[in-house]
Amino acid sequence: MATQELATMSSNDVGSGDDQVKRLGQPRKRSDVPFFLVMGGLSSCFILLIVLMLAADVLFTSFADFKTAVAKPEIQAAFKLTVMSCTVAAILSLLVAIPLGYLLSRYRFPGRWIVDTLVDIPLVLPPLVLGLSLLILFHLPIFGWELERWLRDDVGFGVTYQWPAVILAQFTVSCAFAVRTMRVTFDQIDPRAEDVARTLGCTRSQAFLLVAVPQSARGMIAAVTVAWARALGEFGPILVFAGATRMRTEVLSTTVFLELSVGELNSAVAVSLIMVMIAAIVLLILRLLGTGPAT
Amino acid sequence: MIELREIAIRAGKFSLDNISMVVPSGQYAVLMGPTGHGKTTLLESICGLRKIASGRVLIHGVDVTNWSPSDREIGYVPQDLALFPTLSVREHLSFALRLRKQSAIQIKHRVDELATMLGITHLLERGVTRLSGGEAQRVALGRALSFRPPVLLLDEPLSALDETTRHEMHSLLRQIQQASQVTMLHVTHNSAEAEALADRRFVLEGGKIQSSSTDAKFM
Repeated sequence: MATQELATMSSNDVGSGDDQVKRLGQPRKRSDVPFFLVMGGLSSCFILLIVLMLAADVLFTSFADFKTAVAKPEIQAAFKLTVMSCTVAAILSLLVAIPLGYLLSRYRFPGRWIVDTLVDIPLVLPPLVLGLSLLILFHLPIFGWELERWLRDDVGFGVTYQWPAVILAQFTVSCAFAVRTMRVTFDQIDPRAEDVARTLGCTRSQAFLLVAVPQSARGMIAAVTVAWARALGEFGPILVFAGATRMRTEVLSTTVFLELSVGELNSAVAVSLIMVMIAAIVLLILRLLGTGPAT
Repeated sequence: MIELREIAIRAGKFSLDNISMVVPSGQYAVLMGPTGHGKTTLLESICGLRKIASGRVLIHGVDVTNWSPSDREIGYVPQDLALFPTLSVREHLSFALRLRKQSAIQIKHRVDELATMLGITHLLERGVTRLSGGEAQRVALGRALSFRPPVLLLDEPLSALDETTRHEMHSLLRQIQQASQVTMLHVTHNSAEAEALADRRFVLEGGKIQSSSTDAKFM
């Protein structure tokens, strides 16, 4: 009210130019507080949900449960297999995602939309269906020939229900995520630099390796991170394609399932917390590598 | 010498037909014309980044129409410069020389020579992301000149620069052209720039090279 009066008075007393100057000095009538309240309030709902879930896990379990769980040889074996398989799956995913992401980003080729759609299939397929499809692929007889039998008997490298199946199941999903990440990365890199490199004497592969790849370093770290995290969370396809044989194809996500199925709730929660810790450590390391200290 | 013989280019709805022009060896040619009439497209076709539908491109009498950009030995400075964000200024100047497997001594000698000519010796160890417009321009120019190409194509290289820097660049470009006898084709829509630089002027408008005239050397 007072400000309005002041504005009226000044417009009567002095010229309009002075009035504008005085208006500049007036306090703001509208506050930004509601903006931050609404944005912050909605955002914190989600953050709170995650924090509360983790807190509930921590409160539920005791240090003794944790120690017992960690001491179990099955869980130790599952821990090792998890770290190893996730790392291999993430690296393999990156190796495929760099060229595939680059091709999808840079070239318009016949059937590109089909490739683009196929890449997304592992993302939308229900996990159990994915595992089942892998299982069928390896055991489908084609004129008496079977992929799994050939790998096991002739190559000496069985896949189904063994550790390679774990990695393949994880790779199938994580790679799709890594490809998406690398494609967006290359989309954001200006292709003109590669063009100029070609006029300087680069072949396409030199332009890719010397100009595009170094610029995509952060994208690669992001792709490995997302691939690793997806691999850690993978459960359905592993259960169907690799089974849940203790000490052999058991990863931590299957451990939680196995412990739950035999009524060992404490142990299942303890393993869940171990998974949270590994995920946090790996994500933190990758984030430090990619962007410097987390802000 | 740059020679275009009845070039036709198709790019979606855009097309250029029957474009012929000759820039004699060692001359500074300026290509003018309204925005969107295909000047950049024409430059890209000369350096091989864009396929032409028909016609021939000759560089010093050699038909390079079907050659890849890497074999044409044409220096190219695009409008957006397209510097390599992960490389230092020195690495930009030595990039083409390392591809040509020149010795470390030869590379160092050439980089120092270029840096002195372009006045960027103090920037050699720096990255390129925080260079000023004029500095970035000089790096792009140095990168394109490093392998001593017989032909240099410049796509509106000075459009983003302030008046003073632009004048400095005019004399630098002239100096480079006289020192290296490189055949230059410089795209611009600034007639003062054409006036200051051109031995020969072309205008691309309405899908045709509409006029070409020979000016007396300005300098």
